[in-house]
Amino acid sequence: MTPSAIIKLRFIAFTEKARLKIVVTVKQIPDPNATLKLTSDNRLARDGEVVLDPGDEYGVEAALRIKEAADEAEVVLVSMGPAKAADAIRKGLSMGADRAIHISDDGLAGADALTTAQVLTAAIKGESPDLVVCGCESTDGSTGMVPPMIAELLGFPQLTFAKQVEVSGSKVTIQRQTDVGYDVVEADTPALITVTAGVGEPRYASLKGIMAARSKEVKKVGLGDLGVTRGKPAEEVLEVVEAEKRQAGEVIEDDGNAVEKIVALLAKVKAV
Amino acid sequence: MDFAPSDLAESLREEVRALCRGFPPEYWREHDHAGGYPWEFLKAFAERGWLGLVIPERYGGSGLGVTEAGVMLEAICESGAGLSGASPIHFYLFPLTPVIHHGSEEMKAAWLPALARGELMSAFGITEPDAGSDTSRISTRAKRREGGWTISGQKVWTTNAENAQKILLLARDQPRDDAQPYAGLTLFFTDLDRSRVTVRRIEKLGREAVDSNEVFINGLEAADADVVGEVGKGFAYLLDGLNPERIVIAFEAVGIGRAALRIAAAYARERVVFDRPIGRNQAIAHPLAAAWAKLEAAELLAFKAAWLFDHGRPCGREANAAKLLAADAGFEAADAALQTLGGFGYAKEYHLERLWREVRLYKIAPVSQQMVLNYLAQHVLELPKSY
Repeated sequence: MTPSAIIKLRFIAFTEKARLKIVVTVKQIPDPNATLKLTSDNRLARDGEVVLDPGDEYGVEAALRIKEAADEAEVVLVSMGPAKAADAIRKGLSMGADRAIHISDDGLAGADALTTAQVLTAAIKGESPDLVVCGCESTDGSTGMVPPMIAELLGFPQLTFAKQVEVSGSKVTIQRQTDVGYDVVEADTPALITVTAGVGEPRYASLKGIMAARSKEVKKVGLGDLGVTRGKPAEEVLEVVEAEKRQAGEVIEDDGNAVEKIVALLAKVKAV
Repeated sequence: MDFAPSDLAESLREEVRALCRGFPPEYWREHDHAGGYPWEFLKAFAERGWLGLVIPERYGGSGLGVTEAGVMLEAICESGAGLSGASPIHFYLFPLTPVIHHGSEEMKAAWLPALARGELMSAFGITEPDAGSDTSRISTRAKRREGGWTISGQKVWTTNAENAQKILLLARDQPRDDAQPYAGLTLFFTDLDRSRVTVRRIEKLGREAVDSNEVFINGLEAADADVVGEVGKGFAYLLDGLNPERIVIAFEAVGIGRAALRIAAAYARERVVFDRPIGRNQAIAHPLAAAWAKLEAAELLAFKAAWLFDHGRPCGREANAAKLLAADAGFEAADAALQTLGGFGYAKEYHLERLWREVRLYKIAPVSQQMVLNYLAQHVLELPKSY
């Protein structure tokens, strides 16, 4: 082997290592600003206005910022949902993601969290990513279970509630948002992170971004392509009840003894 | 016939909606009241490439058509921004058509990229106080001099003249000839040299945020390179931009009507008088429902006209009819909405009166409803010309 060939090989090895692959899970949900309705079998009606889950917009934004800070990176969206979910995927691609995998299969209607996690995991595995980015929970289902399940199924460490993310070499460091401040948590890649709104306002797509998204690859796959068969659901929705209406508060008029009354009330509810 | 909106149109609509959410009704009320140009809004659109929507890609734009422009402008109006938001964007699109279609390569290369980025603003000086709908009567004169032209005269309703660096200006290079009244008109795209031009703002019923002006031109110098296309053919070039402008204006009027209906319907659902929501009263509900139907019909015709234009087909009758129907439908919707809110409709706080004032413009401009009817009578029904 000539010296120049060695140099060339080294160069290739280096650039391949530097290339960071980030998968972002995204979901199309009924517009949270619209009135949500349930179907007769207690599923959320998905035939009205739909949008990319605002929580996932933060996921896409976080991934794009990591990409911009990296030497070379690719952002791949993975979404499970009906044909219409293509719009949410398009939105993420317009923001700047590079390509997408759209898992759509009639056999997935009404999938529970575990099934969803199994299916997404199968698609993510095929990509061998360095980093998986998820929202903390979906805005419609709000179970918050899918990201930890994916991490478990992939065997990745999970770093949750990140308000800031930094990837350096094969290490990912986050600031985990807490009630009082933040914890610094780090792990070796590959890893899964969930992000909060703290990562920064999702960018608006530019007109050129929207145009470019139209020619980006969206690979459509079904359960058969992923080699997944739908098992027994781990959860079942038995009943849906309306949230209890908030009770009217108690108004204390200041007749000179208001402070004592308020203190007594706070003591009663064990607030002091 | 396929009525499904394209994926592209859907994406454009969604992104424009999202971008407009950052500019609540109070922003527009404030700019309408104080008459300040909505620079933040214009910048938000400029930064994301929207101003270059119809500018060809090789000059830094996106090279899209009237359909996409209409979708964008309708979404802006529908957000509640109304004409205060749509006009600043609108003026980067169709008034520039003559430059895009007939400007020299040098002219386009020099100015279109900066316009697409929003780094440059242009004013549009066509109408004159003594000409109005009869453009052949304009009296602004362009006189030849060594290497160029000297222009003097007066324009009115010149948008953007307070801030623009450039002006698209129509002037007579030959005296009017009754046999060929539209010959001898030349279009210039030139610097708005404020040492030779005086701008006086016109106070208006609505859209105070975007300036409309009287412009007094005294010896403005333009180079030969500033002539758009050929000398004497300016009027023909202007005609190119008329149909697309009428089409997007139809979309804008529909958007404003929709914004007004949204406010009125929400109010009619919530407002309880005589122990029931007022929307249950058919005298309230029916005008709103009828307004919705008329907006839908006007929008369909606007889409048809846009499709015809984008496919290179004649669209004069559809473009004019769409503008006619949409201006009426938009105003009727705003008026029905205002009536629904009663006294609150008259209050600025509810933002309806601004939309009502703004959309009223489109029964007058860019061509009056009456001139549209004249056009249709003459060119579609082949009736004798009345004027």
